[in-house]
Amino acid sequence: MSLENRHLLGLEGVSKNDIQLILDTAETFREVLERPIKKVPTLQGKTIVNLFFESSTRTRISFELAERRLSADVVNFSADMSSLKKGETLKDTARNIEAMKIDMVVMRHGAPGAALFLSKVINSVIINAGDGSHEHPTQALLDLYSIREKYNHIEGLNVCIVGDISHSRVALSNIHGLKTMGANIAVCGPATLIPRELDRLGVKIFNRIDEAIEWANVLNVLRIQLERQDKSFFPSLGEYRKYFAVTKDKIQKINKNITIMHPGPINRDVELSADLADGEHSIILQQVLNGVAVRMAVLYLLGTRS
Amino acid sequence: MKKVIDETGFNRTLTRLAHEILEKNKGAENLALIGIRTRGEFLAKRLREVIWTIENLELKIGILDITLYRDDLKEIHYQPLLKGTEIDFDINKKDVILIDDVLFTGRTVRAALDELVDLGRPSSIQLAVLIDRGHRELPIRADFVGKNLPTSLNEEVKVAMKEIDSEDSVYLKTLNIGGE
Repeated sequence: MSLENRHLLGLEGVSKNDIQLILDTAETFREVLERPIKKVPTLQGKTIVNLFFESSTRTRISFELAERRLSADVVNFSADMSSLKKGETLKDTARNIEAMKIDMVVMRHGAPGAALFLSKVINSVIINAGDGSHEHPTQALLDLYSIREKYNHIEGLNVCIVGDISHSRVALSNIHGLKTMGANIAVCGPATLIPRELDRLGVKIFNRIDEAIEWANVLNVLRIQLERQDKSFFPSLGEYRKYFAVTKDKIQKINKNITIMHPGPINRDVELSADLADGEHSIILQQVLNGVAVRMAVLYLLGTRS
Repeated sequence: MKKVIDETGFNRTLTRLAHEILEKNKGAENLALIGIRTRGEFLAKRLREVIWTIENLELKIGILDITLYRDDLKEIHYQPLLKGTEIDFDINKKDVILIDDVLFTGRTVRAALDELVDLGRPSSIQLAVLIDRGHRELPIRADFVGKNLPTSLNEEVKVAMKEIDSEDSVYLKTLNIGGE
């Protein structure tokens, strides 16, 4: 059994079979992560470059751990130490790195479509670790894995993504993945942060968080990107908090069985109340653990694909 | 295709293997059985039943998926499906009986040993196989052998087990060289 595509650029167009294969494979790696020696020799001799043009802590560490636990050789490249500042293009940077005989590239880049572009100019296997506001497929896969782990299935569940949907690659990848796996999808947030085209993808739109909480089995709460505050998509943080924050009293009043997810990093008591983030409804740390296993699965499936 | 072991022979062989394992280890107290997927798993379960009838002791059993430790992942033309290792007990200080259906080049056993060593430090690891067909490529031998079956390289040994193949038997098949 192999994946249909030799790259993972996004979840749009990825088949149900492929997503299922990745999730099933990740289960094996979850078991590996429980071992005293959390390392297997599978990708010995493969060289993987983590090419990060945007800052990231957890995604990069998660990928790096996954790579090292598969025994690959790992090279990290981040923008602040790069030649980009000297004016080199992405194409030249990538071609130069590839000339050093590498096998796979994990890339994060600010421009939507950067991963697809890279896959056309070099021969290595490309894994998209986030391209602007477009896609972040491994995050969505680990979200799917975490939902499946909790409920044993994904089909038929009501999953609502809360927050800044317009600028979120996590939201878009999740929508594609959840749709393929047969979940019912909704989004909730300020109207200025919800793209109107979403209803064409079959996504429900809630303008009130109470309605979203009542409807959902799972709430995937996104980070409010404080750095975008100057563009005033909503009047103030206080107002956002008042209308869209997910808090414990709302959950207890409306839907006690709900599951809370968050891709991190959390702004505590902005989009999600601290007690909820640490409470019994939350599977946030489980998501982080599953992230390593899911990335190992993707690296394994693409790295040993014949 | 020639049948080299029938159902009666198959069961006798398992009974003898169980007795040999118990004799060498002076009982079953510290033993654990670990079968290599796929048929090694079923053989381990059968051996556990036989040992239970002899010693009235239920041994711990584990399943090893050696895919992640294979040395030929780059060369094979299909990607094997990972089914996972399931060993839900501590193998430290155990006498582990590693079980597989056919011992051939020894490469599967090499991978299994590497994986077991990553999982812990057993007191000993002993190898039990139903068939030893020769042609080793590594310095590996079995401690317990059901049947030594001299083969040539253009033959294939096929172990059938009721759990997945509807009968218990062993076949020797001549491959068409240059065929397919």
